[in-house]
Amino acid sequence: MATAKETILWRVRRATRDVPEGERPGDVPVERGYRKEGDGARAGTVDRFAAHVAEYEATVHRLSGDDLPDAVGKILEKRGLRRLVVPPGLPEGWVPGGVEVLRDDANARLSNGVLDASDGVLTGCALGIAQTGTIVLDAGPGQGRRALTLLPDYHLCVVREEQVVDLVPEAFARLEATVRDEGRAVTFISGPSATSDIELNRVEGVHGPRALEVLIVG
Amino acid sequence: MTPRTKPPDAFSPGETPTFEVSARESLRDSQLRRNLGKATQTIRRKRAVAVEELPDWEELREAGRALKERTLRHLDTYLLQLEESVTRAGGVVHWARDADEANRIVAGIAKEKGADEVVKVKSIATDETKLNEHLESEGIHAFETDLAELIIQLAGENSSHILVPAIHKNRAEIRELFLRELDVEDLSDEPKDLTNAARLYLRKKFLNAKVGVSGANFAVAETGTISVVESEGNGRMCTTLPPVLVTLMGIEKIIPRWRDFEVFMQLLPRSSTAERMNPYTSFWTGVSGEAGDGPQEFHLVLLDNGRTDVLADEIGRQTLNCIRCSACLNVCPVYERTGGHAYNSVYPGPIGAILTPQLVGIGKPGPDSLPYASSLCGACYQVCPVKINIPEVLVHLRGRVVRHKQDGGTLRQRLDPENVAMQAMAKTFSDPKLYENAQGLARVGQWPFARGGKIGSLPGRLAGWTAVRDLKPVPKQSFREWWKEERG
Ligand code: SF4
Repeated sequence: MATAKETILWRVRRATRDVPEGERPGDVPVERGYRKEGDGARAGTVDRFAAHVAEYEATVHRLSGDDLPDAVGKILEKRGLRRLVVPPGLPEGWVPGGVEVLRDDANARLSNGVLDASDGVLTGCALGIAQTGTIVLDAGPGQGRRALTLLPDYHLCVVREEQVVDLVPEAFARLEATVRDEGRAVTFISGPSATSDIELNRVEGVHGPRALEVLIVG
Repeated sequence: MTPRTKPPDAFSPGETPTFEVSARESLRDSQLRRNLGKATQTIRRKRAVAVEELPDWEELREAGRALKERTLRHLDTYLLQLEESVTRAGGVVHWARDADEANRIVAGIAKEKGADEVVKVKSIATDETKLNEHLESEGIHAFETDLAELIIQLAGENSSHILVPAIHKNRAEIRELFLRELDVEDLSDEPKDLTNAARLYLRKKFLNAKVGVSGANFAVAETGTISVVESEGNGRMCTTLPPVLVTLMGIEKIIPRWRDFEVFMQLLPRSSTAERMNPYTSFWTGVSGEAGDGPQEFHLVLLDNGRTDVLADEIGRQTLNCIRCSACLNVCPVYERTGGHAYNSVYPGPIGAILTPQLVGIGKPGPDSLPYASSLCGACYQVCPVKINIPEVLVHLRGRVVRHKQDGGTLRQRLDPENVAMQAMAKTFSDPKLYENAQGLARVGQWPFARGGKIGSLPGRLAGWTAVRDLKPVPKQSFREWWKEERG
């Protein structure tokens, strides 16, 4: 008896009998007339990124690199956050004193329970997309496993200005090698989670961190 | 709580009522119509703004359409490539000819892991296969984790909108439901509080689940990457936390290359939720192994269940371009008035009217009536991000419905007034001018002339039409006229 795979492939081939014998996938024309890159004006790009992130009800700050540890410390203090999750590879200098650091490590992984009970997480990112106000995580250094940015109720994310690309196609181009060669998971985050399921009223923060705060570092 | 079973639809055994019969019921529900009116108008307006922001929207639509055409014309090649990529990345690929086979595969995996609960992120494919009901029959509870899905699962109802399935429920109803079912003591009817109650309830489920079940928005043949596009974060939870993940997807969800996301991830969010980008999108490629990131085991189930029949129809094939954005629902004047339930299918609205009858096969009274649930105003085609010519497919399917009756029927059936009427209708509907005239005439000439299947005294084509279109009362304005005005 034919396997399910054989049957489905047979059905597909029968269904596409109208496709000429010698046609290759690449023979079907795909016109890519859309924009692939922005116009290259850097300052405008970062401004747009900041504005679009803010429109999603995320809090955005812009500062210079030297001020980073101080700024992080102040933000955490203001929110009263003490137990901070830190992914492997996060620059040591970013973590302020006076907080309890929960370090995730390949040899000593934080349990889901610990992540759930933490106050928040501090990460870097792979990219920012100005066109859409999106932060991209690719599980690289300073970002960690996906659960790290999912279970804590607060996410503080540091984006360096040179990480911000203008348009969506630029982001997928930059991520291609990581995905193809290493198969790392990629997460797009555009504001905190949200639902409009109840009478179309927007509520921020369903699952995942209910608050997202972004530090753009020049 | 025990998940309730949803009412049967076109994908359940047995017959469903025709669109006319169900629409008449929905039209009586004024609360539903108010909710829907508000919702569709809001989304419609926002979507237009989001789309206008992109100067290259038409180029993106064309690229999206062409990529889908390329994929569908060479689906066998891409399916094999996808299987290879997913396997290389440490995943396991299963093939399912039909709903039952898919359900048994998922249940088998859950049982092997000793799971009596699974957490699910909304997937219309699993609604189509009735996965929850099947799992239930094997003693496995499937917990829906989308807020709206949770609401309708608790209420034991069907979704009324692809994107906002609980659009027919108001806050007071939801509060009552949660008080009764979620084991909470005190709860206001503020959407924020209701949402928080669901968060707390579901967090426990996510942390304890052994198996997560998801659908897929896209699967990349080149890399084996699967993506889930969402707003609430339950998709991230379901695809990250449980040690075992099973993804069920229709075979048409493939895109050729990773880079093709640059097209679809622009088309989908703006068409769907009218945002520049939806809050969360997850992309994963097999299992992460050493890195301990996400599930240790990943299964991908490739579902046919009638899709190859859609593929075989050269005009119907474009239906498989659909990326389930629901833009066509929000602009449809018929949908806005009747709501989703009238379609008796997990796929409502214009897309449902063409997808459902093709998936289940022509020859069933309920689904056969769906291609007629349209005024052919063309708004759906204009907004569709992958350029599915829905009116063209509707007219084509009307022809198929009529031909099916002719070919399949005995002489008596062929002379059956309903069948004669269907033929006339097909002609009328195939020409928008004739259709408008017919509707105008129907209003002037009084509708219920030909009740009870008698071909009545109305002249010409309309005679046949009235014989089966007992959809009274005729609206003062036709949908098409109404739509013209609406758009000014
Ligand atoms: S048919 Fe087009 S508009 Fe309708 S849901 Fe599918 S992709 Fe969206």
